[in-house]
Amino acid sequence: MLDLIAQVQIQDRSSGDASCVADNGFCPSWIVDNLNRYTDPLLQHVYLTIVSLAIGFAISFGLALIAHRRRWLVAPITQITGVLYTLPSIAVFFLLLPITGRGNTTAIIALVAYSLLIIFRNIIAGLDNVPAETKDAGRGMGLTDRQLLWRVELPLALPEILAGLRIAATTTVGLATLAFFAGAGGLGERIFEDIVFKSNVVTAGALAVLLAAAFDVVILIVQRAVTPWARARAS
Amino acid sequence: MNRSEPAQEQGPSARPAAATLEFREATKIYPGQDDPAVDALSLTVPAGEICVLVGPSGCGKTTAMRMVNRMIDITSGDILLDGRSVRERRPAELRREIGYAIQQIGLFPHLTVADNIATVPRLLGWPKDRTRARVDQLLELVSLDPADTRDRYPAQLSGGQRQRVGVARALAADPPLMLMDEPFGAIDPINRERLQNEFLRLQKEIRKTVVFVTHDIDEAIKMGDRIAVLQRGGKLAQYAPPAELLMYPNGRFVEDFVGADRALKRLALQRVRDIDLWKAPLVRVGEPVADARRKVQDSDVPYPLLVDADGRPLGWLSERALTGERVTEDLRSKAEPAVELDDVLRDALSDLLANEAQYGPVLDARGAVAGVLSLEIIGHALQEPPEQVRSGADALAADG
Amino acid sequence: MTTTYAFLGEFGDALQFIFQGETTREGAEVGGSQFLDLTWEHLKLSGVSMAIACAISIPLGLWLGHIRRGSFLAISLSNVGRAVPSLALIAFFVAYLGTGFANLTLSLVLLAIPPILTNTYVSVTQVERDTVDAARGMGMTGAEIVRKVELPLALPLIFGGIRISAVNVIATATIAPLAGINTLGDPIINVSGYGDTGRLAAAICVAALAIFTELTLGAVQRAVTPAGLKLEPDTASRRMRIRFGREATT
Repeated sequence: MLDLIAQVQIQDRSSGDASCVADNGFCPSWIVDNLNRYTDPLLQHVYLTIVSLAIGFAISFGLALIAHRRRWLVAPITQITGVLYTLPSIAVFFLLLPITGRGNTTAIIALVAYSLLIIFRNIIAGLDNVPAETKDAGRGMGLTDRQLLWRVELPLALPEILAGLRIAATTTVGLATLAFFAGAGGLGERIFEDIVFKSNVVTAGALAVLLAAAFDVVILIVQRAVTPWARARAS
Repeated sequence: MNRSEPAQEQGPSARPAAATLEFREATKIYPGQDDPAVDALSLTVPAGEICVLVGPSGCGKTTAMRMVNRMIDITSGDILLDGRSVRERRPAELRREIGYAIQQIGLFPHLTVADNIATVPRLLGWPKDRTRARVDQLLELVSLDPADTRDRYPAQLSGGQRQRVGVARALAADPPLMLMDEPFGAIDPINRERLQNEFLRLQKEIRKTVVFVTHDIDEAIKMGDRIAVLQRGGKLAQYAPPAELLMYPNGRFVEDFVGADRALKRLALQRVRDIDLWKAPLVRVGEPVADARRKVQDSDVPYPLLVDADGRPLGWLSERALTGERVTEDLRSKAEPAVELDDVLRDALSDLLANEAQYGPVLDARGAVAGVLSLEIIGHALQEPPEQVRSGADALAADG
Repeated sequence: MTTTYAFLGEFGDALQFIFQGETTREGAEVGGSQFLDLTWEHLKLSGVSMAIACAISIPLGLWLGHIRRGSFLAISLSNVGRAVPSLALIAFFVAYLGTGFANLTLSLVLLAIPPILTNTYVSVTQVERDTVDAARGMGMTGAEIVRKVELPLALPLIFGGIRISAVNVIATATIAPLAGINTLGDPIINVSGYGDTGRLAAAICVAALAIFTELTLGAVQRAVTPAGLKLEPDTASRRMRIRFGREATT
């Protein structure tokens, strides 16, 4: 097993405090000097996350709209997306290799598969939680089913839909650290390259955590901006 | 008061302000059930009148109401709105012409008060400025301050305010027909009373045709021009104006439903000003005793009532006050209870009973004596044929 | 290559690799029974980690839920837990503490705690206050309330948390070879010894293991749901669904 670790210590450690680096230590000066090494993996990570989330959201949203008016579909869709959610992404990367080959496509398919259940369930829950009397009043005033969905039900489900998106986003950022197994790069590749070097592990790990937090905060800000009524209380 | 004609056009809509509604053997059988929820219901609501559907839970009153705007599909029979079957209308389009207010109100929590009210006008494609003007007009109509309320969210309103917004929203496109399903059911008794009175006052102005569902017979009597009592299985037990319903319940079920105190309930429909009062023997201090005695003899009351210069009652005179040449201020008892012309008979009766009095002076708006009300007169009032008795809406409107 | 699974192409080769094994050019026996050892190691690592995680989080969650304190801890823990990538967590432990079973177990325990703790906490706080009040009114002590009322009612959701953690731990145990423990991840990370077929075979095994765990724990979860709660599927499932987005994950 030590061969393996030696084998993956392939990266260049040419700059910074030599003794600290040689000890595999946590070396702020090395980190500062080498921060640009993480730019491309970070951008790749962002790309994987955004594309996967967008596709995952589009599919889940479509499924949820279909299942919303045909309740019997909720159970089978939950079960199928549940299986996709259960399958470990790292296994899915390799299961897909013979079919889609190495690269972004494989990684994105796996990440999308994982996010479907989370987003689907939250959209359905959000739509289910729209008060019956609100829907009744809307219908009674002459809104068509489509108008009711887009003008009443979906806006009211937004907090839960976006909460699901937040969970999906942080989870996807985490799973995308494994995307390099599918040949799609990302911050995980840097971690994997030199797993005993504290500076490297901490930098790449921290960037991944910060990225997850950033997605979380951005979606939260969007959520607050688009649901001003949710904070309105009797003054 | 003739209400069968549509009220004159008002507001921004070009449609007639009230429609005639006719149920023709309208029947609803829910899938998988043998017994109908509404069984061959036939009744006509003249334009501009409030028809209350009342009955115990499970009598199909809400189902009957919801068939009108096709929230529930009619199994057989028909419902006609101004002579046109609702079955041949597209549901969404039909509903935009019918105001809809429910107990839970169902305001859209994500929209401001103004946007809530503007829902139907926008569906109908009204121009922006017309919608905006209409919103403010409606808020004023339901006694809310437009500037203060317009931009609030429903969560920022009290229960009573929300209910008012609900009514305003239902009225937004000036619909010729309003459906109201226990609209005041979730409000506390004091505010409910206020909202009921407000709505009756509003109705006097707008003269809509209204179908009003409630399980509360007192509310039905107060609100209805006509009351349809439904019994389990969706059968119409009786359809009549409130006074007739109370006086001539057509069977055991209606009799039980309106309650053993139906005579008293009926007194709530009449006001003191509506009945013939006894003439009061009014005397003033210093008046010749002979005149006073003659007045008493002309009257049904055994004692003279002393009044001041403005005709306000001071008290019933004793025998001793009439012993001299001139009337002196020697009172037997105070002039209590004093009843007002606008009091409903039930309250007046209650006042008399509370004071253990056989009769009491009736005061007009200025406080001057207009006559005497006695238990005997109230007894006679109960004999009056129902067509002489006003409905609650009219009685309240008479306050004006 | 004579094969029963030829029609499955590369997947067929992988299945044959699992069940029959093959000999590499260097003469080493890979696949076949060797996969049993890797699976055993995988399960041992996951099982030990899960046992420790449960032993810590369930009592803690019950206690915090019972006294209805620490919601901030329970909720934010699950958020932080989601945001830290498992690879980063394991790498961090390897870099600072070194490789080995104990260190790896520790990192997996940390990974497994948040969902269990959060679900336990939330499930206890969700038990109707009236129910707890009635129990107290009948003279139950605090411990009896936890044991006889709160725990039985909370069990389904607790198992929901265990399910999530277990599947997650099994998935993460795949990268255990980075920390020096040979699990089913070995053929994936150490490709040179097994070849592409071996790697695909390992991926199939990991996926199967995860699904098996999910189904088994799902069955257990249904089994431990008190009969009374099953009678109101609407409210129970609805409540869980609501929680999905806000606090716990079921």
